[in-house]
Amino acid sequence: MSLDAAEARRAWALTLPAVVWTVAFFVVPFMAMAALSLWQRTAAGLVPAWTLENYRAILGEPAAVRAILNSIEITLTVTALSVVLAFPLAWIIAEEVPPRWRRLALALAVLPFWTSYVVRSYAWSLMLARQGVLNGWLEGIGLPALDLANSRAATVIGFTHFFTMLLTLTIYASLTQLPPNLRRAAADLGAGPVATFHHVILPLTAPGIAVGAFLTFALCVGDYVTPQILGGGRDLAAAQLVMLNLGRRADIPMAAALSVCLMLLVTLAYLLLARFMRAPR
Amino acid sequence: MKPAATALALILTAAPALAQELNALVWCDHTDPALIEPFEKKWGVKVNLKEYEGTGAALSIIEQSRPGDWDVLVIDGIDVPRAVAAGILAPLPVDRLPYDTLFPEVVMAETHVIDGQTWAITEKFGYNTVSFDKSKVSAADLADMTRLWSGDFAGRLAVYDYYLPVMGLVAVGLGLKTADLTAADLPAIEEALLKLKDSAASVGEVVASQTAIATGAVDILVGGGEWVTAGLVSENPNLDWMIPEQGAVRWSQSIGVFAASGRKDLAVEFVRHVLSPEGQAALATSSCYWAMPANRAAGEVLTADQKAALRWDEQAEYLKRAQLYPAPDAALDAAMQDVWTRFLAR
Repeated sequence: MSLDAAEARRAWALTLPAVVWTVAFFVVPFMAMAALSLWQRTAAGLVPAWTLENYRAILGEPAAVRAILNSIEITLTVTALSVVLAFPLAWIIAEEVPPRWRRLALALAVLPFWTSYVVRSYAWSLMLARQGVLNGWLEGIGLPALDLANSRAATVIGFTHFFTMLLTLTIYASLTQLPPNLRRAAADLGAGPVATFHHVILPLTAPGIAVGAFLTFALCVGDYVTPQILGGGRDLAAAQLVMLNLGRRADIPMAAALSVCLMLLVTLAYLLLARFMRAPR
Repeated sequence: MKPAATALALILTAAPALAQELNALVWCDHTDPALIEPFEKKWGVKVNLKEYEGTGAALSIIEQSRPGDWDVLVIDGIDVPRAVAAGILAPLPVDRLPYDTLFPEVVMAETHVIDGQTWAITEKFGYNTVSFDKSKVSAADLADMTRLWSGDFAGRLAVYDYYLPVMGLVAVGLGLKTADLTAADLPAIEEALLKLKDSAASVGEVVASQTAIATGAVDILVGGGEWVTAGLVSENPNLDWMIPEQGAVRWSQSIGVFAASGRKDLAVEFVRHVLSPEGQAALATSSCYWAMPANRAAGEVLTADQKAALRWDEQAEYLKRAQLYPAPDAALDAAMQDVWTRFLAR
């Protein structure tokens, strides 16, 4: 047996558990869900009709299209805000915080992950309520109260709080791998801070930003809890429509079709971001 | 102890592994320990409760369960025929249930007695109407229901997120009969609902609705009633409810035993417990929501304050002015849910 063949066999052996795992817990369930989306819910129960009728119904129902558009709008807003907030935060932790405090700063950054999703959302609903903590502060300093509770703005705030921390971690990981001599070389060649950021730092940290942005998109577009608790029923997100079909109408095929649409959105986001995920040479 | 109960006690003692648990699919008011614990102690069993809201949710859970998973079902009174048609419920032993002391108006024989058999018994009822904070808005302001979707209360109202009662309420406001609703009535109802949504600060389920009005986030809850305010009035005396001039919707929940239950005797005992005066008083004043008990014998157990909060003495008048939930067939139900989805997506 040649060395290459042995290496290849060893590589396959090491990869096999991950492949089996992915096939068993992602590919097979996804295929089952996609197949179920071609069934129909009738008065007699679920019928394997093998039709695209559920997809036609989604496209023909303005409320369903609106729900998908709502999810896209919320997700893009949250992703953009989270990137804008996370980059300076990651920069401060990586560059400005003394090394001995960095671990504490990172621990504080991931603190929101220590609480459950539901608790965090309810905490925000108390913060943003008409007579909540935020308006108490605003009125205390003579400013008018804000009507943020039960709104898309509340959903975006709740999401952004969580995903800013997630993106901070991925961007921080990219920043700490930047060789410091690259910035010194840029400065020696006459580049100012803005040019150095634009031509050196941003391209080299793009993979961290892209990975974090993709994770944010994938988790946000399919989330049900945050819009349910913080949105107050003012907007209907696609994930809420999935739950309506599952919980109230027992229409599993329609819920599956909507879920496939969400998966297509996530796939599209990956395709758009994939080229930024590779480290530049 | 009666012979049947004695026999059941003997069975439980002799074969504890067979009947240690009872699984009930319920609305949240059944999760109050004051209701459940006395039954568990008396029979030495554990009652496992699964909460749901809306018959569609219950049917979805049942469809995804195995036969025999569930023993007791709490269901909207008007949906009993759907459950019977689906073969979900078993006949009840009428002679062992307190029909002689039920409020006659809530017996609902027309939906509970099918083919000569009784499949469920009413356990609790109330009204989906308008709850409000009387320090912010008066009952006179709300006397004409159409003002709710006129824009007069924009940003000051919340809507209970359950399509049947709220669509029924809007239908009543438009002068329609809930019992006679057809698909032809839906465009007018949808138009009013969408205007209502434009004025709504939030749309939420039971707890979210209670929270919205109890915390002052809104002044009015459309679809509310005594089930929202009665339990909160001791903490916030400004919370009140009223029936507009056009009327309101009466809801009624019933309890039955699953046809596939392997513990039907114990399940019937649970139904008897819930319908007993003590069980009815606990159910009426459940921490999740208060409402009128179906068995007037609960009046012997409830305190004067509790009865005042429930407006015990005014029920005859309220029952006259309220219409039952709409009871749509499958096609109309699907069309109503489509309207509600558009309302939520607005």
